[in-house]
Amino acid sequence: MPIIKTEALTHIYSMGSPFESVALENVNIEISQGEFVGLIGHTGSGKSTFVQHLNGLLLPTSGRVLLDGTDINSSKKFRHDARFKVGLVFQYPEYQLFEDTVYRDISFGPRNMKLPKPEIDERVHEAAGFVGVPETLFDKSPLELSGGQKRRVAIAGVIAMRPDILVLDEPTAGLDPEGCESILKNISDYRRTTGATVILVSHSMEDIAKIADRLIVFDGGRTVMDACPEKVFSQADKLRSIGLDVPVATDIAARLRELGVSVPECCYTVEQLRNAVLSLKKGAAEC
Amino acid sequence: MKPIIQVKDVHFRYSGEEHLPPVLNGASLEIEEGSFVVILGHNGSGKSTLAKHLNGILIPNEGCVLVDGMDTRDASKLLDIRRTVGMVFQNPDNQMVASVVEDDVAFAPENLGIPPKEIRSRVDEALKLVDMYEYRLHAPHLLSGGQKQRVAIAGVIAMRPRCIVLDEPTAMLDPAGRQEVIGTIKRLCRENGITIVLITHHMNEAVDADKVFVMSNGRVISQGTPKEVFSNVEFLKSEGLTVPDTAELLYKLRLSGIDLPAEALSIEECAQAIAAALK
Amino acid sequence: MLKDITLGQYFPGNSFIHRLDPRTKLLFIIVYITALFVSKSYVTYGILLLVLAVSIAVSKIRLSAIFKGLKPLMFIMIFTAILNLFYTKGGTELFSFWVFTVTTKGVEFAFFMVLRIMMLISGTFLLTYTTTPMALTDGMELLLTPFKKLHVPVHEFSMMMSIALRFIPTLIEEADKITNAQKARGADFETGKLTDRAKALLPLLVPLFVSAFRRADELAIAMESRCYHGGEGRTRMKKLKMAAPDILTLVFSALMLAVIIILARFGI
Repeated sequence: MPIIKTEALTHIYSMGSPFESVALENVNIEISQGEFVGLIGHTGSGKSTFVQHLNGLLLPTSGRVLLDGTDINSSKKFRHDARFKVGLVFQYPEYQLFEDTVYRDISFGPRNMKLPKPEIDERVHEAAGFVGVPETLFDKSPLELSGGQKRRVAIAGVIAMRPDILVLDEPTAGLDPEGCESILKNISDYRRTTGATVILVSHSMEDIAKIADRLIVFDGGRTVMDACPEKVFSQADKLRSIGLDVPVATDIAARLRELGVSVPECCYTVEQLRNAVLSLKKGAAEC
Repeated sequence: MKPIIQVKDVHFRYSGEEHLPPVLNGASLEIEEGSFVVILGHNGSGKSTLAKHLNGILIPNEGCVLVDGMDTRDASKLLDIRRTVGMVFQNPDNQMVASVVEDDVAFAPENLGIPPKEIRSRVDEALKLVDMYEYRLHAPHLLSGGQKQRVAIAGVIAMRPRCIVLDEPTAMLDPAGRQEVIGTIKRLCRENGITIVLITHHMNEAVDADKVFVMSNGRVISQGTPKEVFSNVEFLKSEGLTVPDTAELLYKLRLSGIDLPAEALSIEECAQAIAAALK
Repeated sequence: MLKDITLGQYFPGNSFIHRLDPRTKLLFIIVYITALFVSKSYVTYGILLLVLAVSIAVSKIRLSAIFKGLKPLMFIMIFTAILNLFYTKGGTELFSFWVFTVTTKGVEFAFFMVLRIMMLISGTFLLTYTTTPMALTDGMELLLTPFKKLHVPVHEFSMMMSIALRFIPTLIEEADKITNAQKARGADFETGKLTDRAKALLPLLVPLFVSAFRRADELAIAMESRCYHGGEGRTRMKKLKMAAPDILTLVFSALMLAVIIILARFGI
């Protein structure tokens, strides 16, 4: 059974007003326990609206969201619980920090879950560990931290709820290359250690290419592709036609094939392309 | 060509941060008029602080900044300096003062006391240059990120500056918005001769620059053409920066013993070089 | 919920009212409000209601937009009505219970009070709906220019107004985002005792304030970068000009006020 599933999910903003707009239209997605899914699409494609349905923040205009087989909007209590089972990290999450210490901010979610104190403490330490927030920062005000550290604290605040599904909306936006890389590594490690399902929303193809196992592409409120990265990136023209980039490695590989170098279609990271070129040099092409 | 901006051995510390190392620690650079210059550096390298020195928002503790020969420490020249070097910042929302696009673009010329008729023509011209003329009566908060940032650029162009400094203008944008903005500023440089100083950590935006400066710990540690700078992959990595994927691939292949040039930056050059090496 | 606030919203258009000079509209609304407060009878209220109705019709602003603006103020109106209903003495007693007595006079007063508030607010909304915030603050600045001689910071005041209007939608959007982000961490804004609910607002208000200060900081730097140095020597792209329709409107407003005052003098 999929851990989360949407059935004919449709969302229309400002229904009945002149500003009415269809944000999602008949979206059917199934995600299994432990998957690492990347959601891509340009701004306004519906991906952010979609993820806000997964924890019940938005109500479907029609259709259902099933969490572990139960409609999350079937009861008020279930919708409330869904908030903790599906941890949602918004874009620029550092803007939501509000407590006077880092420790208290990370513990906000667990406290709302009404957990006993020792467990809250354990979770705060664990979550901080996952995202690389050292304990020496616990008593500091979040406002004193650097941009990158704030981002980590905010992500820890969601991880501390130990969600079954962790959803991150553009977690690397605005960070420098080193910051991006280390946050992505933290997320990968978190997933490996806990076995949690991770959904990463991004418009950075390079980031997504590196870590996701499955890509879902949104355009105009619909899912237009749902496949493994190799398959998705091999349709470079289609991606470009809906305003998305393809990883640079895909472009180089395509040009190489035009030049008569038979690198396989499934190369979409620099690492894979390097391996393909090296094996061509040795005489055997593989991916 | 003569430099439009000269930064000479600038040291700077924010007040109240005397216990910390200086943010700028002997930064020096020269920017030629009409060129497209990119300044790279990781967060905290001092690049945004340097940007704020280029139009006299910040004044050096030591050293000096000359804009078209005018010293930013000379308070009487401040307005002339600011109309020569325009600034665009990261967050487009926080640089718009008016609730209608064209009123916002008019803000700078109004401050300069320009006659109404001329403001009107400057505003229309600026909006056309960034391709936002048809949105002139829209409310800024309803525009996309890329559109907002282009309005911000128009707001600067309306001063008729000779140089525009952009401090991470694409950091908050999606790929489409990023392309809109980068395309616009490249055009302003190549077709209108406006000097562009782009501060960024998107390496791919630096590929077409005339000159790249790399900053670290408050000083310029490397400068040259993009090819020169990006050929030094190990050095950039040690500074917490990446290189464009093309340079990265060539670098990795070179490490594995394939004889490849270090300075093929475009996809075309990169593919050609690899194809040639495999022949 | 927050998105329903219509304050400072501008509905683009090209009606007679849209084209009037903002100063004319500001003066007119001041005269109109004065007339409302002088008004005491069905006749005078009727005249003013007619003026409002014609203005709305001419402006082509939809009635629903006006009502939407009134909605958030419902509470104040009901409160005023109740207060007037129970605390007005005189007239015939209709019914009474405990310490409350409702009289015909009370009903009449409550009715006029609510009508007055509704007309006052509708008129003000019509002004903001048909005038860009920039024009509005420019108009205000020009009307207040004589006060500059008394060292009243008129330019600064109008600049503050226009920036506030510019940032209302941005901050509302931001408040929505933060609310959702905190809800995602299990924050509860809707249930609990009043004290709990007030406390529950902290996760929203603290980030909102922090962000507003950050924005103010960045905006100040951006404004300086665009050569802002106060009102001294500033020019305007859109020079406000009084034309024939403005004169006509002002003459009409003076007549309207005169008629209302005369009628009120005769007890009508």
